[in-house]
Amino acid sequence: MTEFKNTERELHFFRLRLSVVGAFVFICFAILLTRFVWLQVVRYGDYVAQAEDNRISVVPVVPNRGLILDRNGVVLARNFSAYTLEITPSKLAVPLEQVIDELSVLVEIQPKDRKRFKRLQEEAKNFESVPIRTRLTDAEVARFSAQRFRFPGVEIQARLFRQYPLGETAAHVVGYIGRISQRDLQRIENMEDASNYAGTDHIGKEGLEKKYEEILHGKTGYEEVEVTAGGRAVRTLARGGATPGHNLILSLDIELQKIVEQAFGDRRGALVAIDPATGDVLAYVSKPTFDPNLFVEGIDQQSWDELNTSLDKPLLNRPLIGTYPPGSTYKPYMALAALELGKRTPSQAIADPGYFWFGNHKFRDDKVGGHGMVDMYKSIVQSCNTYYYVLGSDLGVDAIHDFMKPFGFGQLTGIDLDNERTGVLPSTAWKRAAYRKPEQQRWYAGETISLGIGQGYNTFTPLQMAHAIANLANNGVVMKPHLVKAIEDPVSKERKPTVAAESYRINLKQENIDVVKKALAGVPVEGTGSRAFANAGYASAGKTGTAQAIGIKKNEKYNASKMAEFHRDHSLYVAYAPADQPRIALAVIVENAGFGAAAAAPIARLAIDYYLLGKRPVDPAAAAAEKTVVVGADAHGHVEGD
Amino acid sequence: MGYTEKRALWPVIKRYFAVFDVSLTLIVFMILAVSTVTMVSAGMGFPGRMEDHVRNILLSFLLMWIAALIPPQTLMRLAVPIYLAGVALLVGVALIGIIKLGARRWINVGVVIQPSEIMKIAMPLMLAWWFQKREGSIQWQEFAVAGLLLIVPVALIIRQPDLGTGTLVMAAGFYVIFLAGLSWKVMAGLAVAGAAFMPVAWHMLHDYQRHRIMTLIDPTTDPLGKGFHIIQSMIAIGSGGITGKGWMKGTQGHLQFIPERTTDFIFAVFSEEFGLIGNSILLLLYLLLIGRGLLIAANAPTLFSRLLAGALSLMFFTYAFVNMGMVSGILPVVGVPLPFMSYGGTAFVTLGLGVGILMSIHRHRKLMQS
Repeated sequence: MTEFKNTERELHFFRLRLSVVGAFVFICFAILLTRFVWLQVVRYGDYVAQAEDNRISVVPVVPNRGLILDRNGVVLARNFSAYTLEITPSKLAVPLEQVIDELSVLVEIQPKDRKRFKRLQEEAKNFESVPIRTRLTDAEVARFSAQRFRFPGVEIQARLFRQYPLGETAAHVVGYIGRISQRDLQRIENMEDASNYAGTDHIGKEGLEKKYEEILHGKTGYEEVEVTAGGRAVRTLARGGATPGHNLILSLDIELQKIVEQAFGDRRGALVAIDPATGDVLAYVSKPTFDPNLFVEGIDQQSWDELNTSLDKPLLNRPLIGTYPPGSTYKPYMALAALELGKRTPSQAIADPGYFWFGNHKFRDDKVGGHGMVDMYKSIVQSCNTYYYVLGSDLGVDAIHDFMKPFGFGQLTGIDLDNERTGVLPSTAWKRAAYRKPEQQRWYAGETISLGIGQGYNTFTPLQMAHAIANLANNGVVMKPHLVKAIEDPVSKERKPTVAAESYRINLKQENIDVVKKALAGVPVEGTGSRAFANAGYASAGKTGTAQAIGIKKNEKYNASKMAEFHRDHSLYVAYAPADQPRIALAVIVENAGFGAAAAAPIARLAIDYYLLGKRPVDPAAAAAEKTVVVGADAHGHVEGD
Repeated sequence: MGYTEKRALWPVIKRYFAVFDVSLTLIVFMILAVSTVTMVSAGMGFPGRMEDHVRNILLSFLLMWIAALIPPQTLMRLAVPIYLAGVALLVGVALIGIIKLGARRWINVGVVIQPSEIMKIAMPLMLAWWFQKREGSIQWQEFAVAGLLLIVPVALIIRQPDLGTGTLVMAAGFYVIFLAGLSWKVMAGLAVAGAAFMPVAWHMLHDYQRHRIMTLIDPTTDPLGKGFHIIQSMIAIGSGGITGKGWMKGTQGHLQFIPERTTDFIFAVFSEEFGLIGNSILLLLYLLLIGRGLLIAANAPTLFSRLLAGALSLMFFTYAFVNMGMVSGILPVVGVPLPFMSYGGTAFVTLGLGVGILMSIHRHRKLMQS
């Protein structure tokens, strides 16, 4: 009986507990239902919006980058389509190294590809895709596509690549594009329409590619696609097309450019040739040069080290950034200043003993015993230093400065490239500003003497020298030099010329100009340039120059032979032709090559031969060398002028 | 002749199939129907998943049938051997187990099995057996022993580490102890002790487990990592609205935003396509399943069968609540499938056995009346 009662009580007890549990179950389910109501009714709108955001992704359609062509339509920069293998690190299911190892079975991946990937990955955001291999072969594409399911976060992309078919030719003008870095991102943010760069992963880094970035880039389009969580597009819902970037038509004549580059051979230097009437830059040479194709997909470490540490500084844009004393090429302008300021007449002559005493310092001429009686014509044709020592002293530094400034010396030419250097056109005011110590701030009269022959504080860029000689050739009408002649719409083929009207006119008397021009025309005939321009078949005008090399610091560690070479003088030549109706004006500098007549003038000759006559040397380097006068390095260690 | 054979066959079939409890079978059948419909949508892009799912369902029914045929007395005899075998296997796992995805959960005994799964049934069996043996004189010592019987395998499972299964086994055992009449005072004491133990437990958790709990508190702290799953499944549920987007029309599911969409997160796929109405129906089906189970427990003749039936019914509840809770973002993400919905052979075996045992208890309620 107690047993039964006990069981009965136990059953009652159990059922009570069961009811408690049942109530608990009920409450828990009620909580779930409340949760569902909260998600599906109260916050329904938010979640629908988020689901739509998830589903639809606006994919930017990157426009084709504009081409770069020379004045005759030769392509200097173009695009071609190829496949890349790209990894999005944030979407990987397994460690990156493992993925790359597995990929390398299907697609060739070299150690340098891995290194480059690592560097690009450091710069990229985590959710961006970074290329591990570019320019896949069709077989590689097929092999990967078959195995794609094994690699979430790895995709093959068809992309346009930038290519510079002429390689090293005019590399400093064209520049190159490269992958957008953190620094470029700031540049993009400062642009008017930063969203235009959504989807773009390359940007102009140097040269015209950088300067004309916004024109070359074009307008980014969009595509609305339905995407999976893995980011794979399922189908396209809507699209708005991209507008391709505009083409740049350059003023360069790439044949002329090639001839000059070859004429330099292994030597360092620069040449800028300008059409004086328009400001068109016809050739813009900086030697040695480099292959811009190396930079597009990220340069490998070895190539970079080679370029960056080479004593020849191939990456240096010499016409724009290299500054050199003009040497004797400065003399024609000095002569013109003397005429304009009434300090000399053309026939007024001095007796040259071969030196000029100033205080207790003897300024030497390079011709021992002097040039005898020297008038203005002879001073230019024979490049007499004594004549200009005296003249410099008579004019004074500030008068020289004021006269030279409008020619563009020590001024920005305003060419369409970034980072142009001003160089130094000295004046008393300049010296006060440039130095800190009071005794250095003072201008000493003795310092004016060497200015007369283009030495001293004077340093100008080859571009400025070419610009100045073009201004003289153009009788003082200043045209701003430019590399881009026209901008072409790739669709309508409509060309918009960029040519600026004349900048200003230098106030000069034509008769004075004619005196100087006559002397310049004498140089290639009976003067210092006669050897290089023998049997030219056209009348040209020019002026040789030799400038002291000041580039190497004493304490820099170079080997002895290299050291000696870098201390040799620079060889310069400025010229225009034909002498009466100039169509080309140019400045050449060959670094550490000695006399202007020796190395620079032959290169000028080849350039003008081609431009005026269409003459094309079989081997420009040999042709230039043939005309080059071999001069010993020690023959003119301290000599100024030619 | 064929006629007589047919007549002779039918009662045989009827007798064998009579072991199926009509209401339980009907409820499970309806949940499976919902599951199959959802699986068609969720299984897109998983070749062969539907076939496997149907195979799992048939396997589940087979085991259900077998379990239903076994009388509770037999089950009681089997309780201790099964339990001991389970514990032995767990020890084996700890010593020579197979490591997959950083967890040591499997062991090779001819075939590779996961012993922690066995404990889901073995634990309530064992504890129900234990209390049955002590019936009439259940003192605190009996509860202490029961606690020990429970804590040893649970500790082994959690150490694997497998917090999800450990919690489920713990819950299954605790239900038995609770239904056996653990005093409210002790329960309150355990709750206080548990709360005090929390900081210690936090330190004992693995990093990924802590991460899961942190992610639950604020999924946005890790929107691309662990939080991504919760956020995306909440978006799926929420964007389903009241009526749902319609069958095969869920963008979250079809565009692969829902992780594990045929297994643990299948509820998100279902909810996106069938909305609040679908959810309510599914909740009701689970409520009916659990309710039916509890009713069987209430009418069961012996303490063993009462405790067993109650614990198994509540096991369904734990599965369903934890799964839907985690998918809708109110519980941490642990590997718990939704009963009779999620794809997966192991779960179907356990669930089929569970329902089969309930049926057996129900069928034998009068036979065992003492």
